[in-house]
Amino acid sequence: MDLQIFLIQVLNSIQYGLLLFLVASGLTLIFGIMGVINLAHGSFYMLGAYAAFVLSGLTGGLLWAIVLGVPLAVLFGYVLEWIFFSFLYRRDHLQQVLLTYGLILVFEEVRSLAVGDDVHGVAVPAALASSIPLGSAMSYPVYNLVISAACVIVAALLFVLLRRTRLGMMIRAGASNREMVRSLGIEIDFLFRVVFALGVALAAFAGMINAPASSVYPGMGNQVLIICFVVVVIGGIGSVTGALIAALAIGFVDTFGKVFLPDYSGVLVYLLMAVVLVWRPEGLLRESSA
Amino acid sequence: MSIARPILWSVALLALAALPFVAGKFYIDLIAKIMIMAIFAMSLDLLVGVTGLVSLGHAAFFGLASYMLVLAAPDQYTAVSLWTSLPLAMAASALLALVIGALVLRTRGVYFIMVTLAFSQMVYFVFHDTKIAGGSDGTYIYVKPNASIGAWSPFNLGDNAHFYYAMLALLALTFLFLRMLLASRFGRALRGIKSNEQRMRALGFNTYAYKLAAFTIAGAIAGLAGYFAAVQFGFVNPEMLSWHQSANVLLMVILGGMGNLVGAVVGAFALVLAQDLFSSLTKHWLLLMGGFVIAVVVLLPNGLTGAGQTWRHWRERTRSG
Amino acid sequence: MLAARELTRRFGGLVAVDRVSLELKRGEIHALIGTNGAGKSTLINLLAGQLRPSAGTVSFRGEPLRAARPERMARLGIGRTFQHSNVFPEFSAFENCRLAAQARLPRVWALHEPAAHCRSSGEAAMRALEIVGLSERRDAAASILSHGERRALEIAMCLASDPSVLLLDEPLAGMGGEESNRVLELLRRLKTDRAILLVEHDMDAVFAVADVITVMADGAVIASGLPEAVRADPTVREAYLGDGI
Repeated sequence: MDLQIFLIQVLNSIQYGLLLFLVASGLTLIFGIMGVINLAHGSFYMLGAYAAFVLSGLTGGLLWAIVLGVPLAVLFGYVLEWIFFSFLYRRDHLQQVLLTYGLILVFEEVRSLAVGDDVHGVAVPAALASSIPLGSAMSYPVYNLVISAACVIVAALLFVLLRRTRLGMMIRAGASNREMVRSLGIEIDFLFRVVFALGVALAAFAGMINAPASSVYPGMGNQVLIICFVVVVIGGIGSVTGALIAALAIGFVDTFGKVFLPDYSGVLVYLLMAVVLVWRPEGLLRESSA
Repeated sequence: MSIARPILWSVALLALAALPFVAGKFYIDLIAKIMIMAIFAMSLDLLVGVTGLVSLGHAAFFGLASYMLVLAAPDQYTAVSLWTSLPLAMAASALLALVIGALVLRTRGVYFIMVTLAFSQMVYFVFHDTKIAGGSDGTYIYVKPNASIGAWSPFNLGDNAHFYYAMLALLALTFLFLRMLLASRFGRALRGIKSNEQRMRALGFNTYAYKLAAFTIAGAIAGLAGYFAAVQFGFVNPEMLSWHQSANVLLMVILGGMGNLVGAVVGAFALVLAQDLFSSLTKHWLLLMGGFVIAVVVLLPNGLTGAGQTWRHWRERTRSG
Repeated sequence: MLAARELTRRFGGLVAVDRVSLELKRGEIHALIGTNGAGKSTLINLLAGQLRPSAGTVSFRGEPLRAARPERMARLGIGRTFQHSNVFPEFSAFENCRLAAQARLPRVWALHEPAAHCRSSGEAAMRALEIVGLSERRDAAASILSHGERRALEIAMCLASDPSVLLLDEPLAGMGGEESNRVLELLRRLKTDRAILLVEHDMDAVFAVADVITVMADGAVIASGLPEAVRADPTVREAYLGDGI
């Protein structure tokens, strides 16, 4: 494999890994803090992508779609937590699984009613539609680099939020010890709502920014969801850092897997998970108890 | 109370046995399909309702057995022997359950749910992405398995009344087997694990081994159901292994009521009939389905067979509240 | 029978158990006392295999046990009770004990034999319930038992598996005077063939029944020996100032 192709695959791996990280970080925080297993998380990614399609049709550009779409996603997440998810906290995991599965069905059908079942494309913004040449024969789309860059910026902002703000401190405390946060009493409802809205916004943003590259189609959320579960299992529930490491690892395994073993690439990620499970059943970044 | 239940069962059994005489082909096939799903649901109830293992990947064992029917046949037009291909299919499912179980049972709680889902996705991808048995398109099965032993042909799976009675017999046998299992010391230990696994370990039970055994047995029974689902449907494709299938059967168990086996059967009937009803009402029946799922979980936490219990709880809470 | 040597357990920076050595001998009731947070429950968890030691060893009948898990300890005949009743709430008192008795039986895999027909575990369960005085309540669900009854059930479950070593974590907590005396009498009878570790706060009970007393503070042993010697020990008096020894 020559250097140019290798470089392209590395860039693809990073892009995929970062997108996964955005979606998975919300999932792991919701798990870790609220203790809720949310199967509908992939639907937020799908809804983000469809929102990008609809809004860029209305406003004439992806950029405006994102500017409008992200606040909409935050609002949606806030309201959804308030009217639905807040009732899930007291229920056992089995009920949460089925309730959020029901939610997936509802989201898919509402989407089908509103926008139909066709596959759609979203146009790359004209300013970013060019390609960078790599060596003599290959080139790499600028937009893909923009995706990665955007993800890096959002990830950085997330880490700053978590490590430098009071809100972030509460979130991190809650992710490692939910009971402690409960005993802090005040603002707990608000914290949960914020975390949930944040998770929804991250997933939706990932869907929006990736829409031009991956196209918009029914069921796109389900695929992402299950891979995100793998990210969370490998990285450890509640650990955003773990999610980053795991997502990038999966990005590389999947991308290079498609190159070398195209028939089995779908399986490789799960093999990675199996290996991690044998070694550390609680995830990479969790301390195993006695 | 204790006389009512055997009477209820006898009536239900008689009704099921009498069905082929009064109903048309459509209903005979539908009820046969429901009975197959009831076997599938009972196997999951063993895991979820009895042992407390919430598996979101049970369809993997169901679907693998379906594929084994195809893989056991030299080509699509030759009938295999029921007596060799069925044990083979069940053994394959049991083996897969043993291997996956050995890995996933190292995890607990939410992790366990996620890894069962992930591993069944892996199996799905093996059949979806590769060329095995037609890949994502699936394969047709043009001839039913042959039930003859030498020159004697006890029944013909191609005849839909024969098939129906065979499924009824299997449902009854599976039910009795699982009842016996639950009454045994092994079964009591499984219930103990669901109640308080930490205490079971402190008492000296090797809970990992018990869980693995339950997982494997459940996988084998799911394989039984999957094999006959393929026989009846005449077609296998990766969707039989999908997580929607896993969620579907989990819903049956919840809908009917966990832990008592009868609930799984009731749930299978209720869910398939509900799906039939919804899909006849509108193209967007999944919306109704989603609402239905949510309503069931919220309103009937103990399922249909536990409705009396839910009602009593609710009465006590509103009286004291 | 069960011995700990230099047993240590750290949780991050906190040393919960600090180089504790003690020995449980057959025919002896060995009491373990100490203020809250002294490390007593952690020590029981170490001895029962629930926690792995950061350093030191646990030996059973002279053989050191490496990384033993609770299942293995229980099968060796080391039974324990829990400080907070840790029973099977949906099962009856009888079924709780029967399950405990079943744990050490062979031939688990006899799938066709109903558990209800299993005589040995049923008899062991009834005997255990009789000893603690719960035979009247055998069919009551564990969740509806009173606090004192649940503590008695804890002890019954431990007895049902017929262990040779008993690790009892505050068995008398929440019990009335008469119930406590019954349990103490029971312990006196049981000790002949067994080694018993008794963690308790009730000083009267401890001094009434213990053959050996070990005192812990801040994770370490500060005194150990015959009851009278411990009672007179100045370090002990200082640690327990005002606790009515």
